[in-house]
Amino acid sequence: MKTSLTPVDAPSIRSRPVYAVLESRPASLHLIVADGEGADAVVEMLDKANDRSGMLAAAHVMYTPGPDGADHGAALEAIGAAQFFRAPTIPSLLPRLQRVLLDAHMGTQFYLAGTEGLIGQAEREIMNTGFPHVAIQKEHRGSTVRRVQCVHCKGITENVATDPFKCSHCGLNLFVRDHYSRRIAAFQGVNIDAEDPGKVPESVVRFK
Amino acid sequence: MSLDFKPGAFSDFFRDETFRESFTYRNSPDAIRRFPFPFDRDEYMYSVNMEPHVPGRKGSVFEKTFDVDEHYVSEMIDRAKVLADDPLRCQSLPHMTLAGWDTLELIMEAKARDYPQWFSLTKEGDRWHWINRPLGIDHTFTFLDESTLPYGPFEYIMRQTQGDWTLQDERDGTLWLDAGVATSQADWSADFDIGMNFHEWHAPVPLAHDLGVFDRALKFLLKLQHGSPVRRFNWTMTVNPLLDTSPENYPKWGPTKTTLTQENLGRKQHLRVELQSLYRLPRSNAIAFDIRCYLGSFEQIVTVPKWGRRLHRIVRDLHPDLATYKGFIRNRPAMAEWLSKYDDGAPTSPGWWPED
Repeated sequence: MKTSLTPVDAPSIRSRPVYAVLESRPASLHLIVADGEGADAVVEMLDKANDRSGMLAAAHVMYTPGPDGADHGAALEAIGAAQFFRAPTIPSLLPRLQRVLLDAHMGTQFYLAGTEGLIGQAEREIMNTGFPHVAIQKEHRGSTVRRVQCVHCKGITENVATDPFKCSHCGLNLFVRDHYSRRIAAFQGVNIDAEDPGKVPESVVRFK
Repeated sequence: MSLDFKPGAFSDFFRDETFRESFTYRNSPDAIRRFPFPFDRDEYMYSVNMEPHVPGRKGSVFEKTFDVDEHYVSEMIDRAKVLADDPLRCQSLPHMTLAGWDTLELIMEAKARDYPQWFSLTKEGDRWHWINRPLGIDHTFTFLDESTLPYGPFEYIMRQTQGDWTLQDERDGTLWLDAGVATSQADWSADFDIGMNFHEWHAPVPLAHDLGVFDRALKFLLKLQHGSPVRRFNWTMTVNPLLDTSPENYPKWGPTKTTLTQENLGRKQHLRVELQSLYRLPRSNAIAFDIRCYLGSFEQIVTVPKWGRRLHRIVRDLHPDLATYKGFIRNRPAMAEWLSKYDDGAPTSPGWWPED
């Protein structure tokens, strides 16, 4: 199956993920993972679905509020999926996703919606089980804060809003690249004052 | 720290030298004459520039499939140190083990054939006896049986092979960088890039995407046949003969870029050349990519008058985006000033060979 992606934002470089609007597809299981305003994307997809009731009967929805606190979980729960799970955070959502993936067969469709951090981490779990990435649809909604790996200490800082920022593990001042690793589910952060220690440009809010 | 091997002897050929702290690395006069100077004309822009990797001029770095030069033993000691400090520099995703064996076979057979005085490989069925005299290794193992090697097959052979390597799995019409070792890299992170496809891991390179270089290169590589390897050059600049210019350690080596003066530049500033070669592997159908690094100090490069003139023109005229990406924009004026003393404006002959 060939997926045509309609980029929401034109990617700046070729490793930057591209996102598209979710659309329902025939499947034996619809695995839906969303955070924050991603709930709206799922609701809108279902509104357009040809077989809404059939899809809901085979849908497993996992949701967590966004990093900025955006909580649209009530609307998502109200659509009446066969299974709905609400987690307080992404790390508390992932163990359930891993368990569900153990039983997911070919013919499962994956729908990921919300922030890049949620999408990237869910996508990584799915790809680790061997599903082809063409079975995974991704729609970016809500906060644009980034999950960034420090290339120096390898620690990941969640919800990075400013550029440059201080690594939450080793304390180096990092600038945020668009270079993205699906395997790590993170953008890359590189020391900005390596050549001139202490000369750190003023931080600006780049991701909200 | 365990080196896992006992260098037999540096002998009168292999140099005992360092790529860190004391930086005693040098090229002998013979090594400079055979240095793979990468510029065949006085200007530079990205291109695919692939050619068949066939045996080249006698004595040149193209003479053998894998050039083993005077720096071999010291480079392997440096690699062992980097891997001891950071094991993430060598990784192979689980489905790449067969490609690792393919690579081990490719290298052992080529070295035993091309350098019988140093390497020997004898096979009795699947029992292989490998001798690497420069590193003091004498080992019998079972081909395709990982339990008979002290490391996975990829890491085992990489600890005995100059150059950084990546192994590319082919699927979905592209190449996936699913194994790699990087201890002499030009500022890219193997740990971060492993698992990416061809366009993703090249994403940070400026200009070349718009020129269509990567689309053409991928098309070309997907047609690569077993037994018909190809090669190309790449290059950058490095202060001090530091092999491990990793992004991981950038805070350690980055400050050295501010230490150049007109007095020390010739000694400290090095042209860093990558002789890249690519091989289709027979069992796995993966592609092995060898990124072999050669370092030449400016003061040694300019002992060849043609190269001194040409390097000055390349550095002076390079597109600023490329000088930035290659990490020497801040030192470009100082480098051009230093090199200008070796450029009398005379024309240079085509090609990269040292003759005028």
